[in-house]
Amino acid sequence: MPPDFLSNLFVFILAGFVGFEVIKRVSPLLHTPLMSLTNALDAIVVVAAITIAGLQETHLAVVLGAIAVAASFSNMVGGFLITDRMLRMFKSGRAKKS
Amino acid sequence: MTAATTAQLIDFAYITAAVLFILALKWLSSPAAARHGVLAGEIGAALAVVATLFNPALTEYRWIVIPLIVGAAIGVPLGLVKMTAVPQRTALSHAFGALSASVIGIAEYYVRAPHVTKFGMVEIAMEVVIGALTFTGSLIAAGKLQGILPQRPITYRGQNYVSLAVLGAAVILALVLTLHPEFMRLFPVMIGVALLFGVLLVTPIGGADMPTVISLLNSYAGLSAALLGFVLDSKVLVVAGALDGSSGFILSVIMCKAMNRSFRNVMFGAFGQLPAGAQAVEQERTVRSANAEDAAGILAAASKVAIIPGYGMAVAQAQHKVRDLYDVLTKRGVDVRFGIHPVAGRMPGHMNVLLAEADIPYDRLIEMDDMNSDLAQTDVALVIGANDVTNPAARTESSSPIYGMPIIDVAKAQTVMVIKRSLSPGFAGIDNPLYYMDKTLMLFGDAKAFVGDVVRELSAMQAPAAAAGGR
Repeated sequence: MPPDFLSNLFVFILAGFVGFEVIKRVSPLLHTPLMSLTNALDAIVVVAAITIAGLQETHLAVVLGAIAVAASFSNMVGGFLITDRMLRMFKSGRAKKS
Repeated sequence: MTAATTAQLIDFAYITAAVLFILALKWLSSPAAARHGVLAGEIGAALAVVATLFNPALTEYRWIVIPLIVGAAIGVPLGLVKMTAVPQRTALSHAFGALSASVIGIAEYYVRAPHVTKFGMVEIAMEVVIGALTFTGSLIAAGKLQGILPQRPITYRGQNYVSLAVLGAAVILALVLTLHPEFMRLFPVMIGVALLFGVLLVTPIGGADMPTVISLLNSYAGLSAALLGFVLDSKVLVVAGALDGSSGFILSVIMCKAMNRSFRNVMFGAFGQLPAGAQAVEQERTVRSANAEDAAGILAAASKVAIIPGYGMAVAQAQHKVRDLYDVLTKRGVDVRFGIHPVAGRMPGHMNVLLAEADIPYDRLIEMDDMNSDLAQTDVALVIGANDVTNPAARTESSSPIYGMPIIDVAKAQTVMVIKRSLSPGFAGIDNPLYYMDKTLMLFGDAKAFVGDVVRELSAMQAPAAAAGGR
């Protein structure tokens, strides 16, 4: 078993526990923004896509990397945008009335 | 700066991003702090992307910059969709996420092949299979939610065996590739089989089960990103993928509990067929109905009203009329609250977003359990576009297909009013005894039009002395 696998597994398990504890506390009120936010965070895959597209190892890698950059960056931009739009709509009754 | 220091700085940016991502989710625990969470996530993501661009190993930026522009051009309109379209947008973004994770895995395989270690091959094969099936599965889910594909479950005899056989084929191909990573021709076959499995997985699932399916696909998309982190030895991907995966998993469990069903049942037990014997109970039952004027009178006389909205309210685009109703009743001094069932809508939390968009304060949106403990003290429960989630058969009739499902028990209220087009059974084809109770008044009509009429009647009524006149 390669050593980097074990260290990644370590990180994966700890991050999974942190995620579980943190997300358990998210109010059901915000479950839709939760999903769109985690979606935007997941789009961090874009850093791997940028690397693959920029290293120019093979033509295929550049093409697939470019597709991945576009797909994940659209999630990042769109995910943050819609999450913020949704959260802006949640107003408490005590706040100012428009 | 030497290349080594740059690499360390990039890693430092990734660690910071991972911390900010966790904080982003932490701040989502209260609506007041939630927007800080988005900001934290944005800073983390921007930091990671900019740092990556400084990687000295990158030789050519054209195929980075153009796709970034294209991605932004796709992402912005997808971030501006209407709130009713958020479920299909979310499914589509699961598809994009899974697409990018799997094509990177594919690229990595062809860069390394045929000299892939057995262990590396296990990681790549798992990553690509899960990514590919999530991609097609999410596209099917998005198509169903958008109404391009039929929402009904599409089933045929022996379906589960076919699906399992296809999944088995993908697993066998992955195993063969692991033992012989040099069999490069098998790799695209494995991808094709995984893509097919994604289609077979979601096609038989009906619209009412979409909240669970979307959550599950969310979990898979996260898992594929985390596995990609293993393939590329990238900790920030492992962290982000683990967060996304656990979030999707928690939501799927919540959705399953809210429908009293198991994962297996959702995935393999196509819901929505007429249960045997359901038509047999054809007996004379009377229904009391009322018009908008009567309904307005009852609401005006109440001091506590609970509104239970369902997906039908969103279909009828009635949420803004419901907001008017909330306003006019609140002005008369009536206490109006909304009871939200966890599976109301087409994705977790969807109903809350729709009502928040209509400017209803979030402290008026009450979770199912809190609502239920308060319904006995409620004068009027008004059901708009919801059916199965209010069906008392889920509590009383052990033969009912939804028996055991937690419901908002509106029958506990003094009076129940249900706005509905006709008496036809709901999405799942299950009869609702609520409609035949003595305390129930059926308000037949389109939700938007009917609520509009009730609002007009209420505004026309003489306002109580204490409150200032109508709008």
